[in-house]
Amino acid sequence: MYSDKVMDHIENPRNVGEIADAAGVGTVGNAKCGDIMRIYLDIRDGVIMDAKFKTFGCGAAIATSSIATEMVIGKTVQEALSITNRAVMEALDGLPPVKIHCSCLAEEALRAALWDYAQRNGLVIEGLEAPKAEEE
Amino acid sequence: MKKIVYLDNAATTAVRKEVLDEMEVYFRKEYANPASKYRFASAPFAAVSEARTQVAEAIGAASMEEIYFTAGGSESDNWAIQGVCSAAGEGHIITTAFEHHALMNTCKSLEKKGFSVTFLKPSAKGYIDPKAVEDAIRPDTVIISVMYANNEIGTVQPIAEIGAIARKHRITFHTDAVQAAGHIPVDVVGMNADLLSLSAHKFYGPKGVGAMYIKKGTKISPLIFGGMQEFNKRAGTHNVSGIVGLGKALELACEEMEEERERITGLRDKLINGILNNIPHAKLNGGLEPRLPGNVNISFRFIESEAILNLLDFKGICASSGSACNSDSLEASHVLLAIGMSHEEANGTIRFSLGRYNTEEDIGFLLESLPPVVEKLRAMSPLYEDFIKSRTL
Repeated sequence: MYSDKVMDHIENPRNVGEIADAAGVGTVGNAKCGDIMRIYLDIRDGVIMDAKFKTFGCGAAIATSSIATEMVIGKTVQEALSITNRAVMEALDGLPPVKIHCSCLAEEALRAALWDYAQRNGLVIEGLEAPKAEEE
Repeated sequence: MKKIVYLDNAATTAVRKEVLDEMEVYFRKEYANPASKYRFASAPFAAVSEARTQVAEAIGAASMEEIYFTAGGSESDNWAIQGVCSAAGEGHIITTAFEHHALMNTCKSLEKKGFSVTFLKPSAKGYIDPKAVEDAIRPDTVIISVMYANNEIGTVQPIAEIGAIARKHRITFHTDAVQAAGHIPVDVVGMNADLLSLSAHKFYGPKGVGAMYIKKGTKISPLIFGGMQEFNKRAGTHNVSGIVGLGKALELACEEMEEERERITGLRDKLINGILNNIPHAKLNGGLEPRLPGNVNISFRFIESEAILNLLDFKGICASSGSACNSDSLEASHVLLAIGMSHEEANGTIRFSLGRYNTEEDIGFLLESLPPVVEKLRAMSPLYEDFIKSRTL
């Protein structure tokens, strides 16, 4: 079973949606493994002004992407890199062992969106690497 | 807690009041071991015998001595396959690619021990072709095992025809009737079954007790060794209250079968039509005829089943994404993959299984609750977003 916090994010996910002219968009996962996450970031002067997400996946996938968007809003790009899967899990008061991969996916989606932003703007962000190629 | 709308009767059912009443006396009053020889043990002994007769009559067995009590469906399935293979020593097993895990994993374990196994693929509608069973027979085939009704998609298999083929080739035939017994007619003679598994908690009996029909003359070794219970074929002190509950529950289920079948089939069809007519991109899995009266299995494109279940749970609705025995697995259902569905489709599938305590009101509540749940999840699905964009291009 999930923590109350996870259940709350499943019932009332925050920041669902798209950002029309997003500064960066990251999509990770595939339908075969059962989870796809897409995170949109609005970044101005190196600060994340807004974040939205869309997720195909289980309750934990929805909750991890929901809380990741909450955590990233207001942070600088550099600060956003400190949002690890562990931080996401802690913010949700833990996840069942079989669902830990959902928190990893949330971290990857965030990093993929930041990478997209860096690519579009020709930036090199320390500690940020290209997202792994999707397995089909 | 608010009202629970329980639509997971294929996972388990509530014990009927009449059943519980009959069981109760064997916990504290008539607690003797039925194998004991003093007079105090005569009531529990008689109770076990009566339950055996009830089961024999319910499934059309020629004799009550062909009924063996077990700890449930999984034990019965394990016993059927392992017992026959152990007695044979070596050989070939024919089964299907969409059996319950209790059967499938038993066959896989025997595969590692040197047996060869043919897993027959069902049709896209979820039925096994008897001809394919016959074609798979080899000189060393020792057992054919085909489930009576599938636990996820509810399709009822042409068991009598498959049994006739097995009989013609003198091969032992087993059927897992765990989802069927108590819900649709079971006739072991008519279906040419040598072995048949059933489980009490699927028809309003207690959990942890099942039975196996073993036709006289079938070559099968014990699975559980020990004392001489169950005609020296299955050791272990009798679960007297459980056995009494199984017998009574099956008897009641058979008495009320026709009427319940009609009522529950009506609810089922109302639910299927209600979903398909009101929710786009939804599809019924498994053929409609023949199908278990209470089974509804539907895929919703672009969304994932666990999220649907979580949101239904907030409304007090209990359903499942497939087999409860596999609910911790992240793998797509082997049943849905076996009928040719893609992983994506399989991952968005929900099973609603209806039972005797479900009402028109329950179906109405689900039909009212489900569309907004699906809509909410689609609104947050990147797959749906991509689909809509690809259509408007």
